[in-house]
Amino acid sequence: MNAEALLLSLRLAATVSILLLVLALPLAYGLAFSTWRGKFLVESVVALPLVLPPTVLGFYALVAMGPRGPLGKLWQSLFGHPLAFTFAGLVLASMLYSLPFAVQPLVASFESLDRRLLDASAVLGADRVRTFFRVILPLAWPGVLTALVLSFAHTLGEFGVVLMVGGNLPGITRTVSIDIYDRVQALDYAAAHQTALLLLLISFVVLSIVYGVNRRVWSPWPAK
Amino acid sequence: MLNVQIRKQFRSNGAQPFVLDAVASFAAGFTVLFGPSGAGKSTLLDCIAGLQQPDSGEIHLGEKVFFDAASNLSLPPQRRELAYVFQSLALFPHLSVEQNIRYGLDKLAVSEQTERTSSIAKTFRIENFLYRRPAELSGGEKQRVALARALVTSPRVLLLDEPLTGLDSALRRSILEDLRAWNDSNRIPILYVTHNREEVDAIGERVVTLVNGRVQETGAPRAVLDAPRSVELAHATGFENVLPAIVVEHRPADGVMRVSLDHAACEIEIPLGDAAPGSEVRVAIRAGDILVATEPPHFLSARNILPGTIESLETRGTIVALRVKAGASFQVHVTPGAVRALDLSPGLLVWLVIKTHSCHLVR
Repeated sequence: MNAEALLLSLRLAATVSILLLVLALPLAYGLAFSTWRGKFLVESVVALPLVLPPTVLGFYALVAMGPRGPLGKLWQSLFGHPLAFTFAGLVLASMLYSLPFAVQPLVASFESLDRRLLDASAVLGADRVRTFFRVILPLAWPGVLTALVLSFAHTLGEFGVVLMVGGNLPGITRTVSIDIYDRVQALDYAAAHQTALLLLLISFVVLSIVYGVNRRVWSPWPAK
Repeated sequence: MLNVQIRKQFRSNGAQPFVLDAVASFAAGFTVLFGPSGAGKSTLLDCIAGLQQPDSGEIHLGEKVFFDAASNLSLPPQRRELAYVFQSLALFPHLSVEQNIRYGLDKLAVSEQTERTSSIAKTFRIENFLYRRPAELSGGEKQRVALARALVTSPRVLLLDEPLTGLDSALRRSILEDLRAWNDSNRIPILYVTHNREEVDAIGERVVTLVNGRVQETGAPRAVLDAPRSVELAHATGFENVLPAIVVEHRPADGVMRVSLDHAACEIEIPLGDAAPGSEVRVAIRAGDILVATEPPHFLSARNILPGTIESLETRGTIVALRVKAGASFQVHVTPGAVRALDLSPGLLVWLVIKTHSCHLVR
């Protein structure tokens, strides 16, 4: 088994899921509570990665990150090295790829909150920020956990986008799924099987956590 | 004094959009906001609290402007310094009772927060479960906590949307007493939404009735609710019999007029009102205001004695609802004891006795 690839994948998934949560929280708040009429356009953009083939997404990400792409140029001028085929480039592309997996559980949990609790908070003098941190976030935590875990698991298993944007550089962009692909190509089925089984187990555990929490099996407060 | 004069239209898929068009003033002390469900009571409170925006009009509390459509001003709910107890109470489920109460006090010093919390906890008798979560409280305890959380902020207006529904009457009375005691030392306008008649009588300083989005009447509870002047209100205030009628003749000397009920099925006398002979009106009579006799009664001051037949009996807790066909069809409430004593049963010939002043002319 390739420990280097596994560690890289875990590092990528952890970085992506945390950065994505920071990005997805305000985005989901807007989608859940805004009354703006053009909201459906943002919703469509957020859902795009669900229906696009990863190669399409990866292709455009690569074009944007390339030395002549807008993102690539900006990155080059800021940090002095190219963005494509680096870990940072992989993180950016993966965030795009996993965006709906972070945003949609958050929107769903925000929308299921009792609006009267938010009204109560406002009448009691709390501004939106305080309401968000004292009421919305604590009550929507199963959604937050779901968003974290799903974007982690989804990033862990991604293949097409990584291949397009990252290539196959050991220790930098060779993730577990690429490693499995390589082993199969080299007809090393035993090694491929080891890694694949591990990935399968991790995914199963992670999803069990999500579904378990959402069924409120370990809910810290009694059901209403 | 809280002055409200607002209009808000709601889009609807039906033919007629709902329009809230309310003009009212609320002085310090209790004002009961009464009306059938769907009359716009909660919407009115939401507009006062700033949770919904009226289309036009203005709301101000003394000099302080809450809302003024003309100058495009709307104070956010955070800055209206009012308290609002929702029908659902909306206690924060993830916070303890104490944290719920402190929630609105975060701008005060911690010592002040502690002092106010313990003082309000004493007033509403919730000291013993300050560290429990709302889910661990009974219905009455939750309602006390919701009131305490609202009142601890020293609001300048208090909005209560059916805060005591679902409680038995003893518990309701005890909470109302605590609320009244609080109000004696903090004279502010309190708007109390309910459609429970018992609560109206227990609080009863003033009643404002809202029907179909409009303020219909303002006055003392007895004056407004015992003589409802609209059909919707008659139903909402518990008038089981609202019958179509035609005015037959005025008898000014007797202070009465005769009306024929339900397409000339029978005639009764009602107090003289402002409806001309020949005009179509409605007459509202409480089921509990009708007496039942099994023999023709004599020597009574009641002017309306109608022979009829019992069609059905239905026991509902401590009352038995009779359906009696006496020309028109009347609902009559008697006690189970009366049913036994008079041996009331379907098919029995009875006489209904209705006092003139138990009959109310309704628009």
